[in-house]
Amino acid sequence: MPAAPVARPAGRTGRRLAGLALSLLLLGLVAGLSVAIGAKQLSPAEVWQGLLRPDSPEYAVVHRMRLPRTLLGLVAGAALGVAGAVTQAVTRNPLGDPGLLGINAGASAAVATATAVLGMTAGDIWYALLGAAVVTVAVHAVGGGRAATPARLALAGAALNAVLYSYVSAVMLLDAASLERLRFWTVGSLADARADTVLRVLPFVVAGLLIALATARPLDALALGDDAARALGARPGLVRAAATAAITLLSGAATAACGPLVFVGLLVPHLVRALTGPDLRWLLPYCAVLAPVLLLAADVTARLLGRPGELQVGTVTAVLGGVLFLHLVQRGAGVRR
Amino acid sequence: MQTVPSRLAGRAMTLAYERRTVAENLTVAVPDHSFTIIIGPNACGKSTLLRALARLLRPTAGAVLLDGGDIQRRPTREVARVVGMLPQSSVAPDGITVADLVARGRHPHQGLLRQWSRDDERIVAGAMADTGVADLADRPVDELSGGQRQRVWIAMALAQQTPLLLLDEPTTYLDIAHQVEVLDLCARLHEEQGRTLVAVLHDLNQAARYATHLVAMRDGAVVAAGEPRQVVTAALVKEVFGLPCRVIDDPETGTPLVVPAAPRRTGNRHQPA
Ligand SMILES: Nc1ncnc2c1ncn2[C@@H]1O[C@H](COP(=O)(O)OP(=O)(O)OP(=O)(O)O)[C@@H](O)[C@H]1O
Ligand SMILES: [Mg+2]
Repeated sequence: MPAAPVARPAGRTGRRLAGLALSLLLLGLVAGLSVAIGAKQLSPAEVWQGLLRPDSPEYAVVHRMRLPRTLLGLVAGAALGVAGAVTQAVTRNPLGDPGLLGINAGASAAVATATAVLGMTAGDIWYALLGAAVVTVAVHAVGGGRAATPARLALAGAALNAVLYSYVSAVMLLDAASLERLRFWTVGSLADARADTVLRVLPFVVAGLLIALATARPLDALALGDDAARALGARPGLVRAAATAAITLLSGAATAACGPLVFVGLLVPHLVRALTGPDLRWLLPYCAVLAPVLLLAADVTARLLGRPGELQVGTVTAVLGGVLFLHLVQRGAGVRR
Repeated sequence: MQTVPSRLAGRAMTLAYERRTVAENLTVAVPDHSFTIIIGPNACGKSTLLRALARLLRPTAGAVLLDGGDIQRRPTREVARVVGMLPQSSVAPDGITVADLVARGRHPHQGLLRQWSRDDERIVAGAMADTGVADLADRPVDELSGGQRQRVWIAMALAQQTPLLLLDEPTTYLDIAHQVEVLDLCARLHEEQGRTLVAVLHDLNQAARYATHLVAMRDGAVVAAGEPRQVVTAALVKEVFGLPCRVIDDPETGTPLVVPAAPRRTGNRHQPA
């Protein structure tokens, strides 16, 4: 038997690891920018002081606003990126997104109901998760239950999405008082981040990330079709359920913390796939690192563009995402086969 | 019933989809270390049988026995280490490279705690070499020809390293040279590595040439099973496929060779004006 070219795949692993390290470096850079740049103009030295010295005048700005905001960007970005990658895998749709499945809309609708109709003011995360979970189950049921196909899921998601956003708009129209608060639920933002925002969503995001990583390999098997997956020892029903749980946790938590940020979860996995290929064992870590890069970069851009006030990051990701999306669609990416 | 030892067998199975019963009281045994080939007309239930044998379809009555026990009682992953299956049609994810696709064959041997290892690497490289796709390792699967793609899928099934391997129409899409190459590969796996192979083929002559055990199916039932010489007769081909033919000796191997009878002209063919 001829000696097999073992060196080649090993070299590829090396390249993938190097790329991941580079991405982490990029993330550090963007996170640094996010702490350094804001509505209030500070010099790098002042930011540094504010970071380290509790008695400096900048301490409050850096620790109460910029750090929580940056951390939230990291956590929510990772959640959205991974949720998007898992959604695209489980729906076998290269342009899939939890938002397109109606999950973010479900979270928004639940929070809108709790705030405007029931008059609740706290516990957004629970309403958001509940809304996300209900919509996930509904999409699954409408999409055909155990016989769900990617196309039917996408249709069911699109329909629910439209219904739920109309509902959120209606609630906002009916109740002018909550309009201001709910605006946040139609365009995502990191601006409301406080130290405890991150802490409240972190356990859900961590749980979601762990489940996602654990299902990476069986999801890879599932990508070959249900029969091939079963022949490889994966259990399609179980894998789909676990993946759905991960998507719900991740996008529910991200939506609860910063409102709907649709395009992040769609674009990042789609672009990353060009680098790593569809292997989720690589795609997921890359998305967890590069989605926060995009989100934080968009947030910094929003702060710079909006000066002296600021734009909502959701506006920037929507514009940026929309343009890139159109470009992808026009190039015919994702509509192959 | 059979005296030949058989790790994998279906006993009195009823195989059905939601509204359609494909087979009733179907009994088949895959002799150990055989190269079993299943033939039969379209829609007669060959793929359905293979799916049942690989635990992809649960018989509504009867059972598939693996090593004497009901295969449905065995965990999916454990079965996947013993029985491999290449479905008739599979989808390759967009943009996946050949090496990555073949590597997915290692799935049943890996777990949360047992990640990718040097052994996996070696086995994947070996499977690619055996099927002649090593040179394509870094190419995206969706940019390959149908035949190259088919060999990549076979490589994936090989990387699973199961003692029993079920292949549903492994030669579809292949030119005649590659058909022979794939069948030679199967024969080698069977002869040199002692693997038990089951394949669905449409070419009766190839089936007769390569099979050590031939199963002819029609309408969800086994019409004949045994050595190709005994199974492939003009009467059987007429019964199974409704095709009048002559069976002669293959000049190359001496195995049965099916020569379809020339259609009887009805006399009202278009005449040149
Ligand atoms: N998923 C399914 N749901 C419902 N009926 C099915 C399904 N798959 C196959 N059938 C039906 O079961 C019967 C047997 O199909 P099967 O695929 O086993 O045939 P086959 O012998 O493999 O044919 P071919 O040579 O065309 O591959 C056919 O009538 C087919 O229409
Ligand atoms: Mg078939």
